[in-house]
Amino acid sequence: MKRITAIAGAALLAVGVAACSGGGAAPGTDTAAGPDTASQPAQAAAGFQEQHKGGTLRLLAKSGDGTLDPHINYSNGNWQVFQAVYDGLVSFRKVGGKSSYDIVPDLAEEMPQVSADGKTYTFKLRQGVKFATGDPVTVDDVVASFQRIFRVSGPTSGTFYSGIAGGADCVKKPAGCTLDKGVVADEAANTITINLVEADSEFLQKLALPHAAVLPKGTPDKDQGTTPIPGTGPYKVESYNPNKMMKLVRNPHFTEWSRDAQPQGYPDEIDYNYGLTPEGAVTAVQNGQADWIFDPLPADRLTEIGTQYAQQAHVNPLAAFWYIPLNVNIAPFDKPEAREALQWAFDKNALVKMFGGANVAQPACTILPPAFPGHADFCDFPQQDLAKATELVQKSGTAGQEVSVVVSDDDVSKQIGEYVRSTLEQIGYNAKLKVISTNIHFTYIQNTKNKVQLSVSQWYADYPAASNFINVLLSCASFREGSDASINISGFCDKDVDAKIAEAMKLDQTDPAAAGKLWGELDRELMKQGPIVPLFNPKQIDFVSKNVGNYQFHAQFHALLDQMWVK
Amino acid sequence: MTSAAPTTAPAAAPQPAVQPARPSAGPWRRALGRLRHNRSAMIAGAGLLLIVLACLLAPVYANVIAHTDPFTSNASGTAIVNGQRVPVLAQSTEGLGLGVTPIGPTWDPGNYLLGADNQGRDVMARLLYGGRNSLLIGVSSAVLCCGLATVLGVLAGYFGGWIDAVLSRFFDVIWAFPVYLLAICLSVVLLTSGLHLGPIHIDAGSLALPVVIIALIYVPYVARPLRGQVMALRNKEFLHAAVGLGASDLRVMRREVLPNVLPTVVVFLPLMTALNMLTESALSFLSVGVQSPDASWGTIINDGLALLYTRPTITIAAGLCVGLTAVALNVLGDGVRDALDPNARLRGGA
Repeated sequence: MKRITAIAGAALLAVGVAACSGGGAAPGTDTAAGPDTASQPAQAAAGFQEQHKGGTLRLLAKSGDGTLDPHINYSNGNWQVFQAVYDGLVSFRKVGGKSSYDIVPDLAEEMPQVSADGKTYTFKLRQGVKFATGDPVTVDDVVASFQRIFRVSGPTSGTFYSGIAGGADCVKKPAGCTLDKGVVADEAANTITINLVEADSEFLQKLALPHAAVLPKGTPDKDQGTTPIPGTGPYKVESYNPNKMMKLVRNPHFTEWSRDAQPQGYPDEIDYNYGLTPEGAVTAVQNGQADWIFDPLPADRLTEIGTQYAQQAHVNPLAAFWYIPLNVNIAPFDKPEAREALQWAFDKNALVKMFGGANVAQPACTILPPAFPGHADFCDFPQQDLAKATELVQKSGTAGQEVSVVVSDDDVSKQIGEYVRSTLEQIGYNAKLKVISTNIHFTYIQNTKNKVQLSVSQWYADYPAASNFINVLLSCASFREGSDASINISGFCDKDVDAKIAEAMKLDQTDPAAAGKLWGELDRELMKQGPIVPLFNPKQIDFVSKNVGNYQFHAQFHALLDQMWVK
Repeated sequence: MTSAAPTTAPAAAPQPAVQPARPSAGPWRRALGRLRHNRSAMIAGAGLLLIVLACLLAPVYANVIAHTDPFTSNASGTAIVNGQRVPVLAQSTEGLGLGVTPIGPTWDPGNYLLGADNQGRDVMARLLYGGRNSLLIGVSSAVLCCGLATVLGVLAGYFGGWIDAVLSRFFDVIWAFPVYLLAICLSVVLLTSGLHLGPIHIDAGSLALPVVIIALIYVPYVARPLRGQVMALRNKEFLHAAVGLGASDLRVMRREVLPNVLPTVVVFLPLMTALNMLTESALSFLSVGVQSPDASWGTIINDGLALLYTRPTITIAAGLCVGLTAVALNVLGDGVRDALDPNARLRGGA
């Protein structure tokens, strides 16, 4: 998921991939430095604590995070909010820690029955659940919701859900989408059967994302923008102005049906105010005028927060990495030696410093983040070796060539870009820094027409699967020449690697351990070929006010906002 | 030149010494004399000279005194402070250990005098190098702006008619846009692909780009008053006389009109330099002026913004440089104007 919703969404729709990129999203495994992370499971197990119910939770962000339509929005900011507003057939367990990656039944009574060939999923719909309008959730709502994913051309309709029978046709002709063979309701049995074209080991994880939220039948087949769509969660959006405020109040028709899937929230009201700069927001939280900040904390306030407000800061690792995609199809990085040179060139500890230091990020040696499925613990380029890098550049015959480093105009990217430029100069290139607006950077670096040789980008997993990194970022299918939606920014395409990716994805369904090993091998092979240079794995820092209790970090959706106590 | 009084005069009755006719000083010399007596202008000029000299000596400071490369990242580097070797970018070790802070001012000229920025580069060395670019852009764009404005203003004022109408509408169009908005728009467009206009090719990252952009946006501000001045001159007798004697338009403009508007142009030069330098700083601060790896005072202020809480020296030092230089140029410009036209004391003058 990406902060710049529309851009990432459009990109991913066309590419046919399943993940996201950008400035601040996604999940992480539980936890490193957060002061109360160890107590998360205990708190979750304790059940709802009535004495903490009530009050207003005050959240801050620079601006709203796009549309309120859960089938369209592809940004971490609103996905976080949607956790308290919408439900799907299944969901990620709403607790802090590693178990937040578990899939649990939500609007479905239990986990689905899956056919032997893995192509058919049958869900029994839970009874008694109501939308915020008071209407009960029916199987027709479920069918209509799946149709709507395609009818509104949801950003992941062509990727996550096109494997549903008839889904591919729906991508081509959204308006007439029926999915009559793909999603079949049985009103009498109160079941929904989903038929897939091929078995998909990640299908349940895709169903647990907000893009598969169940909405009332009759919701218009177009982006609802700032108009709230009724959901089934403990809160409903009362008003939303992306430049000013979002207000959530309790859904009067909500009754807790599964504490794992959709626990009752603590605050009576959640006010999400927009407009303050991160600097101002930090001061507001320090002064107790707000309870939590969405935006990354300003670098020059980190030391102050980490020392004077340590009890209010929570640090959690993310399933994400910052990396440098090298364009393998144009000079100079069409030469393997030049790519290897860059693997040796960078001091990743220096880059970590630019991100906020060793407790805010860790140097990355691999494509798959640590503790992520398929991660193999190796480091083939353990430390910077400028002499070796310079020698490799000479050997590649590319020394002295002009190289443009394309970065977005946020502070951290500019700093990293400047460091990369400086290092490229040191190893023999004539390097320039090209800073472009964050709004266009992600699409700009994807399009081969722009002849981007090297850029600085980020990748945050949509859900915990190795394919979400390797298949998405480096398979032939993800590379589209001349398209703004070519998420394989390096333009790397190796048929042998592709075959192994396919094998690993197949193994994921039958033998996850063997699949994990194969993903690890693939990671290592890709590092040898060097289409990308992993830089570091970032961590998420949440800064909360003194009033806040029961902070829980969900690996997929980050802080569980409605589980915070303010009373 | 004065000649000595005759020494052979009879002693009886002293005769008044015969003074040969003293040639009157030219207008430029008289202006220079008046400028020399303007204490504020002289102090400003001296200050400006110091700043320019310091900036010109940037390589000496970087290579000989500080032994640093202000354009290369040094995030993993170390420095010696109070006899101890410390990292240039220090990781916080207290509390949760969040954040990294660059080394602060050491007040040791050979060792991060004003501290380091977030790339671990010597702020003092970058200030001096940045000053070179700020001054270069300020002066170059002022010269280009005044040059273009003089040509266009003289043409419009002298010929009048359709030439004046076309040029005046051109000025109006530029004037219609808020200066910074126009400069930002031009910069954003040109920074992507550079400027390619007929035989003129300027690369996207070139320093010439902000020079051209800033010069262009201020042309009407100089050309308009010049046009008015030329229109007033157009009815003067000496001009009619020149025309009556058969001088061509080009000759009249070059020999009669230009010398009369030149003092105005000279007055504009330091004032425009200050204004252009401020504009450059503003554009660079907004990341649409000087581009990396080059630096200017504006880019340094921008770099320092991310460290405003922990290392405010960076922003304050660069801001002071911009401010002091702009004040010096303005005071000097006022002095030049007063010197060239003592009757036009708009701001008090000397």
